[in-house]
Amino acid sequence: MSRLAVPKTYKLYIGGAFPRSESGRTYEVASSKGAFLANAAKASRKDARDAVVAARAAVGGWSGATAYNRGQVLYRIAELLEGRREQFVAEIVDAEGVSAGKATAQVDAAIDRWVWYAGWADKYAQVSGNANPVSGPYFNISVPEPTGVVAIVAPQDSSLLGLVSVVAPALVAGNTVVVVASERLPLSAISLSEVLATSDVPKGVVNVLTGSPAEIAPWLASHADVNGLDLTGAGDLDWVDLQVAAAETLKRVLAPQDVDQSLGRITAFTETKTVWHTKGLI
Amino acid sequence: MTFLDYAPAPESQSVLNLRNEYGLFIGGEFRAGSGTPFASINPATEKHIATIAHANEADVDAAVAAARKAYEKTWSRLSGSDRGKYLFRIARLVQERARELAVAESLDNGKPIKESRDVDVPLVAAWFFYYAGWADKLDHVGLGAAPAPLGVAAQVIPWNFPLLMLAWKIAPALAAGNTVVLKPAETTSLTALLFAEIVQQADLPPGVVNIVTGAGDSGKPLVGHPDADIVAFTGSTPVGRAIARQTAGTRKRVILELGGKAANIVFDDAPIDQAIEGIVNGIFFNQGHVCCAGSRLLVQESVHDEVVDRLKARLSTLRLGDPLDKNTDIGAINSASQLERIRTLSDVGEAEGAERWTAPCEIPANGFWFAPTIFTNVSTSHRIAREEIFGPVLSVLTFRTPAEAIAKANNTPYGLSAGIWTDKGSRILAVADQLRAGVIWANTFNRFDPSSPFGGYKESGYGREGGRHGIAAYLRTSTSTNGATK
Repeated sequence: MSRLAVPKTYKLYIGGAFPRSESGRTYEVASSKGAFLANAAKASRKDARDAVVAARAAVGGWSGATAYNRGQVLYRIAELLEGRREQFVAEIVDAEGVSAGKATAQVDAAIDRWVWYAGWADKYAQVSGNANPVSGPYFNISVPEPTGVVAIVAPQDSSLLGLVSVVAPALVAGNTVVVVASERLPLSAISLSEVLATSDVPKGVVNVLTGSPAEIAPWLASHADVNGLDLTGAGDLDWVDLQVAAAETLKRVLAPQDVDQSLGRITAFTETKTVWHTKGLI
Repeated sequence: MTFLDYAPAPESQSVLNLRNEYGLFIGGEFRAGSGTPFASINPATEKHIATIAHANEADVDAAVAAARKAYEKTWSRLSGSDRGKYLFRIARLVQERARELAVAESLDNGKPIKESRDVDVPLVAAWFFYYAGWADKLDHVGLGAAPAPLGVAAQVIPWNFPLLMLAWKIAPALAAGNTVVLKPAETTSLTALLFAEIVQQADLPPGVVNIVTGAGDSGKPLVGHPDADIVAFTGSTPVGRAIARQTAGTRKRVILELGGKAANIVFDDAPIDQAIEGIVNGIFFNQGHVCCAGSRLLVQESVHDEVVDRLKARLSTLRLGDPLDKNTDIGAINSASQLERIRTLSDVGEAEGAERWTAPCEIPANGFWFAPTIFTNVSTSHRIAREEIFGPVLSVLTFRTPAEAIAKANNTPYGLSAGIWTDKGSRILAVADQLRAGVIWANTFNRFDPSSPFGGYKESGYGREGGRHGIAAYLRTSTSTNGATK
């Protein structure tokens, strides 16, 4: 006699908790062949604003953690993901309709991406900052710091790798994140949230919204407490309008682009602080 | 005559050889503009200096076309070392003509000659000298091997440091291999046009540097020009916001250096003599027309009265008057409209309950002047504590603990600069870590250097000028396109 499966309820991930959308809305997620997979939460404006509040509250702790500590936490995400490879492979096979081999390649690449970015946490400041030989009795040094809260529209054509490719680099410097997952492929994003929730990532550092990016992104783009906007996955939206909305508070904006791992993705959401220390007063 | 009075010691204007009219500088030559020419006046006397051409959209088109042609045909094909040599030439020409440039700057802008002579112009030469050396070392800016220039740079600069802002914009752009079209501010075009003569003397290939003069209606088509690859703007936050909107979706690189409302934090153990001088320098340098001016003084409560008393005593010795006089500390406000803004906000400060003190000094009959002013009893909600006044007006607030100082310092949408005065080294480091500002001066203020990156957090803009960061801003990796992160 076969066992009856226990399906998972997919919810949002905000402030370390898994709430349903406050709007009570869900939408049907289907496999590539059209079969019912789950009802995902359809996040609202209020959910987006709650996520920003959670992300803002987490900035101090995450950006204040040592770079070594942040690197270890990001590496631990890779460790836990490795342990749940098969779950993600199965989820991707169902959702994307790809072969197990292709799904495995995506999961492995996502794990390796966490490892790559984890290693940058205590190095990027050495590469993108420097001492400056000013003319005068000053010790002058430029160091990068996180921008703050970064809102992200994740790539829409990828369950896991696209999401990891945009979230991981924003976290390296100490930013906190509100990410809108792929509308069509949201389930791995919530499963990844379960990994994040159990891998020493402080609550609120990553907040995951599922639903309609076209509906949610404008609220994030215009939110005055969001400092950066990554539109990597917004190519099919009216992303120029989002960039225009972001101009109101002069947010740092990344236009739609590829997701290759790069140092530039880390420094895109950093600020350079230059401090002049007077040497003369002895 | 008391011991503080000095006989007039005006710098001679005979070093100047100004023309009556200046055209636009496009493709290596001066030519008439298509708009209605306008007058540049001396803000200290309201007297006419010269008539300046007004660029319309067609002129801007022509300038961008000249820059594009120079980029394709000559500048991008030159070796880095040759580009560098041109920039070294410019640095030397600026030094040779330093006095002339300083006098022209003070005449046109109203700033004291001691500042234009000892700060602005020397820094202009230093900026070109610094970036000249980068031109053949681009592999080392941190973007991998053989980074590429972006193309044509559209640059718009403000009136507070006319020639210095020109240098901040043009030197790194050219060193990286870009060509430029630069628009100076409407009220301060003069030194940019003298710089065009220097470009001719340096025999720079035609079109590498183009200068279009005019007001916002000349700047807007430049910023929005479809053939500009990078927009670099220094000016107000509202205009910066408009530029961010205008360039959205274009994939242009954008560098914005905007307004500020810097906190200058004085702890009770500060070296008090230096702190007083630093506070004065922080807000009264260049009549307070400084985006990074220390316009909010945060004083620890226990030393508030002493600091304010000593500030008032010090300000009473400042000499306001003829910008060309070598003894002048406070020059003229750059324009009637800026003077109006300073007056309006100061009146609001009084109306909202802050206590106003004005340095006793004689205001000349003609020109635009505003005496050094201090507001005490200012609270964080007052407009004079929130809005950029861009004038010689200091708002004094108090704090009790370092945490309160940090919270108040960061309580602004701006984030350009900040100052920390204390004898305790570990406190400097801890407070500097917590301040959300791009440039922080510890036991000093308003220091600038071409090797030191400058630029803001939050609504003070994005991008950095100066240093390695400043040259990287005008380059992309060999494989990326403009909008990409790499």
